Amino acid sequence: MTLRPEQAKALLERVMATRDQEMTCDACLADVAEFVEMQLTGKPLSDALQAVQAHLDRCHDCAEEYHVLRQALEALAEEDG
Amino acid sequence: MCTPRDNETWLRDLQACGRVQAEAITDLRGFLLRGLTRSFQARGDVDQAFLEDMVQQALVHILAHLEQFQGRSRLTTWATTIAVRLAMSALRRKQWQEVSLEGLTAESELAPALALDDTASPAQHTEQHALFETLRRLIDEALTDKQWVALTAELGGMPLEEIARRMGSNVNAVYKLLHDARQRLKRGLETAGYTAEDVRSTFA
Repeated sequence: MTLRPEQAKALLERVMATRDQEMTCDACLADVAEFVEMQLTGKPLSDALQAVQAHLDRCHDCAEEYHVLRQALEALAEEDG
Repeated sequence: MCTPRDNETWLRDLQACGRVQAEAITDLRGFLLRGLTRSFQARGDVDQAFLEDMVQQALVHILAHLEQFQGRSRLTTWATTIAVRLAMSALRRKQWQEVSLEGLTAESELAPALALDDTASPAQHTEQHALFETLRRLIDEALTDKQWVALTAELGGMPLEEIARRMGSNVNAVYKLLHDARQRLKRGLETAGYTAEDVRSTFA
């Protein structure tokens, strides 16, 4: 396979951003409801919830789900006033 | 709009019998459907029947797993995470159903090559190739075939759960497989003297 420079950069940056301990996708799912509420209300994140942010920065699938979840909750909050 | 309930009331009503439970389920169903409809409405590949099916599946899951709700968020938020996960999983499965791991990773037995960066200066081009050759060597030396196949599939945009399905594994195991691969490559690059800043500046 041939990587375009931007793919090579993305792969290398992802590699260099690797931490010894990383949250799994299931652990992220378990904490993401609390995380999104903190984000929507602008409250500070605990260390545990900062791990969710770190996972979302690395995991495209979970980040995509978080985006949809946040959109849904924001729309509902808007509708319900 | 559903009857306002706190978490305790939601749990009590969803675990009740008869009319009380039916009303709570109807309210939760309405909440989830409104949320999913709003967040998926811009997508062309989703219709109302799909969303109703996903909400129904989510309700079945939620009612069977109420004991897993720890009360650290609103129950409705927790329920929405489940509905979103189910809907996204179904969409990914549909989107990727025609793509095989073999097709996506057909040349994965070979270490990757770097395409020419037309925008790079000659000096930067030399640095890019030196860094990339180190990466190629590390991929050959440090990664298992399984790690390289998973990494290639991920680079090709395949969702982890689809990689897992094709490997007969699960998302957590694939995430750990990829995490171990990234750790090995990172250690190798650091040993070769590269820092995160080097990577950023080389491909800037």
